[in-house]
Parts: sequence; C-alpha cells; structure tokens
Amino acid sequence: MQTSTSWRSFRMAAWLGWLIESNWTDPFLFAIYSIVKPLSGAAILVIMYGIISGGNFNTPLFPYIYLGNAFYIYVGAVMTGVSWAVVDDREHYKTLKYMYIAPIYIPVYLLGRGVARFITGSIAVFITIVAGVLFLKVPLHWAEINWGLFFVTLILGVVMLALLGLLLAGITLTVARHEGFIGEATAGALYIFSGAVFPLDVLPEWIRPIGYFMPTTYWLELLRRSLVGNVAQAFPTLANFSNLQILGILLGLSIFFGVVSIWVFRYCDSVARERGLIDRTTNY
Amino acid sequence: MSNSLAIETQGLGRIYKLRGSKKEKRKELVALQDVSLTVQRGELFGLLGPNGAGKTTLIKVLTTLLSPTSGWARVAGADVHAEPNLVRPRINMVSGGESSGYGLLTVKENLWMFSQFYGAPSKEANERIEALLEMVGMKDRMHTKSSDLSTGLRQKMNIVRGFLTDPEVLFLDEPTLGLDVGASRDVRKFILEWLKADRERTLLLTTHYMVEADELCDRVAIINKGRVLACDTPSALKQRLQKDVTFEIETSPLNGLTPQMMESQPEVKKAALTDIEGGARWKLSLVEESALARVFNLFAQKEIKVMNLNKRQPTLEDVFVDLVGRSMAEEESNEQSAG
Repeated sequence: MQTSTSWRSFRMAAWLGWLIESNWTDPFLFAIYSIVKPLSGAAILVIMYGIISGGNFNTPLFPYIYLGNAFYIYVGAVMTGVSWAVVDDREHYKTLKYMYIAPIYIPVYLLGRGVARFITGSIAVFITIVAGVLFLKVPLHWAEINWGLFFVTLILGVVMLALLGLLLAGITLTVARHEGFIGEATAGALYIFSGAVFPLDVLPEWIRPIGYFMPTTYWLELLRRSLVGNVAQAFPTLANFSNLQILGILLGLSIFFGVVSIWVFRYCDSVARERGLIDRTTNY
Repeated sequence: MSNSLAIETQGLGRIYKLRGSKKEKRKELVALQDVSLTVQRGELFGLLGPNGAGKTTLIKVLTTLLSPTSGWARVAGADVHAEPNLVRPRINMVSGGESSGYGLLTVKENLWMFSQFYGAPSKEANERIEALLEMVGMKDRMHTKSSDLSTGLRQKMNIVRGFLTDPEVLFLDEPTLGLDVGASRDVRKFILEWLKADRERTLLLTTHYMVEADELCDRVAIINKGRVLACDTPSALKQRLQKDVTFEIETSPLNGLTPQMMESQPEVKKAALTDIEGGARWKLSLVEESALARVFNLFAQKEIKVMNLNKRQPTLEDVFVDLVGRSMAEEESNEQSAG
C-alpha cells in the first residue's frame, strides 16, 4: 500500500537517524555511553553546586537546578538533532542532494532525523532524574506528580523544540562555514535565558525580557511544577501565573515560533536553491 | 510541449555570484549561457565537454537542485523551477567520482531506504535490489557496510541507487569517473541494457570521455564555457569533418619544413606537428585524398623520409577541436591556469 509522502519521509528519516545514532558502536558500549554521558553532565553541576552551597542539598534551589538541567538535555538533543542532519547529510554523507531530488518533504524528513536524538535524549533525562532521586534526594514523589500536565507539557515542548530545530536547519542550509556551531550556540544562549539552572530573577532586569520571550522558559517551569510543584513555585519568577496561564503562554509562543520556523526554513531553502548551496561540501 | 520530449530547455542560463575577499567586488561566473536543448523520450543523450564546461550545472538545474537565472527547463513535462514536486518522483540522479552514502548502513539498507523514499513496496524493492546488485556483480556484498566498500564498489552501489527507482528520466553525471577500465565497461553495458528494457526510459549522461559519448549516446551536445556549441548524433557530428581527409604521417627529422610551409600548399587545410623519437608526427587535414601526392613531393624536396602513414577517421575529439580550436585536455588546463 502506498503511504503518504509525509509519513514515509518521517518514518524513513527516523529509521535512518536511529541507525546512525545507535550503530556507531556495539550495543554494550552504546548502553554504557547512554548511561555515563548524562550522569557525567549532571555530576559536574552537582559538584559545582555542592562547592558553592557548602554541601546544602536540602534547599529548594537544588531540585530547581537539577530538574532544569535534566530536562534541558532535550533542548540540545532535539534542536540540534533536526538541524545537524543538514550538516551530516550534506558534508559527511554527501546525500543531501539525493534527499532533495527524492519525492519527500524535506522539513518532515529533517524532523524525522531528530527522532533518534529525542529517544536518546529521553533515556538520558530518565537516567539523570532516577539518579537524582536515588542518590541526591531530589524530592520527587510519584503520588504528587501531575502526570497530565507533565505529559502535555513534555509533548508540546518537544514539538516546539523540533520546530526551532527546523529554523536552525534553514539557517544551516545557507551558511558556508562552521554550521555545527549554530545549534550549540543557540542551545547555549537558551540555557542562560530560559531559567534552566537559575531563576530569571537573578539576571539583570534588562536581560529578563529575552527569557520571557523564550518558550523554553515556560516549558521548563511547567515541567518543574508538574513534578515538584511547590518547590518550583518557591521562586518569584512566574509565581503569579497559574499552570493553565503558563500552558497558554507556552502554546502561544510555540505556535508563534513554529510559524516563524517554517517560514524561515522555506525562505532559506529557496535561497539555498538560488545560490546552489544544497550539494555544497566545504571540507572544513 | 510535446509529450515525446523528456527534457526541454529554452534560453537557460545560470550565473554564480562568487564572494571574493572583503576588498574585492563580487565576481560573476557564467556557468550556463542560453542553453536550448530538447531530448526525446527513450533517448540516451550525452553532454560532452571539459571540466568546468557547465555540464554539472545543467544537471543541477534539471534535477531541481539549482534555480536558473534565466530561461526555463521542463523535465518529464513539468517546469523544474516552478513545479519541482512534479519533477522529482519521475527522475533520479547519480554523480560519479564521489563516495556518497551512509557508511554505517549495509549496501542493502542504503538502497532499501532510498527505495522507500520513493514509495516502493518493501518486498518489490528488495527483489529489485537483489536483481540490480546481481547485474553489477555486487550481490555478494549486499550485507557489507558501505564504509567497507572500495571507491569503485561504492560508486556501483550509487549507480544501482539511481536505477532502483526506475525513473522516467535518469541523470548520470560522469558515472564512470574514477572507475577502472573493467568497472567502466560493466557500467556502460548496464546502462545500455537498462535502456533497452524499456523504450520510454530516457537518460542524460555527462562525460568528458569522448569514447564513452561516442559508444553510448544517441545524440551528443558539445558544451564549452556554458554554451552548447553543437548538438547532433555522434556520426553526424563527425560527418562535418568527413569532407576533409585526415592523415597521420610519421617522418624522419624535418630538415627545416614547418607546419606553415605545409599549410601553404593549396590543398592542405591544417597541419599539426608533434615531435617523436627520431623524427616527427604530422597530422594533416587535406581537402581531398589526391593532395597526398603534393605532400609527398614536399617531403621529397626536403629529403624527408616517410616512415609510417595512417588515414584517420574523425573522432568526437576532432569535432571538439574543430569547434573550440583546442583539444579538451588543452581547454581544461587553460581553464585551470586561468582559474
């Protein structure tokens, strides 16, 4: 049976992305890597926090930082998972031109390529949180978790991040040099302005609007609230907003950024075709 | 446009804007100029020209990868710029001389994946992959990771990828570039068999190998510096020079005889000279065969001995030289030094 163009673009891209992500070593090493990488990332933060706080892990700040950092794994994984496929296919595998002439939807194909990073990112987030609960007393109580809010927020956020990845993919298509840094630079900037590891209130007042304009700010806030509600609300940032209000803001900003991302991708795609950039290899 | 046309271009042009250093102004590189071509369905059409002639640029435009800066092109009945989504399901492309493909995937996985992008049923695709790999002598490498293949085998895998989707119009950009003699012969044989199996299939091939164009193509367009200089069947192109008779003559040392002196003879049209060990090799274009007697008289006057004599049939290389004024190799090295 013939499947729709969008579905086959997405399905095959996800299949390809998974093989690329998981096939670079044998399954045992892949499993070890999947566990060690997120734990190492979390350990750096925990050690830094321990030194600064004098070993006081019982303040509300610790779960705020720990969970923000854990879920921030998705930001890098999903966004760069989508945009990096352009660099990977164009420069490394030299297949982007063959994808472009195939009867598929390139934006959907790129979103599909991000699925593998979403899966590996999910494993990393899960391992990090479980380690936090087991070894660092992150106050996560299964009975108190607002599961509905959690899953709605998680799904909405992942879609939003994938669409932001498409925006980066569009820019990547038109940039000749150092394309790999675009995703990393964006993820790094969002880390500061989204309240991932510290509340926005600690930033200078004139910088805070950047954070208020980022959907990731509301996404991380809602994820914390759904998991450890009262702890997250202990900080003034967004404390006056209800869960529903924040969800509404997140939805609105996600739609806004989604529309902008699709428009930017289409524009960049057209520019790339005008300038002959689709099959360019720089060998940088 | 008639339905019998697989490809049609009209006044097609492409100019690249090149970035120089900050102080320099942007340069423009004219890659295609006023290219008007038609390719019939079922035809094997060749684009022949030196490196940098514009062959690959033309293929990029026709495969929807690059927008033209002037003119228009239609492939399989659809405009490549305005209707790329109508063109893509009907075409495929293979570029030679590159090792594209996902190295972590096996040969079969690489090919199966591309077949799925074209919506082929999985079982049918697998059968077709096996049959095509058998035809190119790679069936035993089906489960080998493509990173473990030699350059030649990887190129063969890519050639199979192009044919796998059974496109209406297939673009092969230098498909035998970098392949050894045996593999090139296999590829050429495979191309002809594929076309023979369905008379509706169309293939556009770019090459800078004269023999390949001569052996394979129904028609050839000779392209240089972005312009199509001539377009006809290989035999008709060569026929243009047939009115001249070409001889290759090896002689003893020249004793002061120059090509200019040779060309001053009334029936000698062109004289080219190459030094060889112990003498010289003349390439002479004569108005008619009887003019050879005058040439021999001239040699006798200069006490030059004739060691060897061959009557040459014109080749596509001769056609290129006649059109451009230089051989393809000279044109390439000239372009490189200018670049």
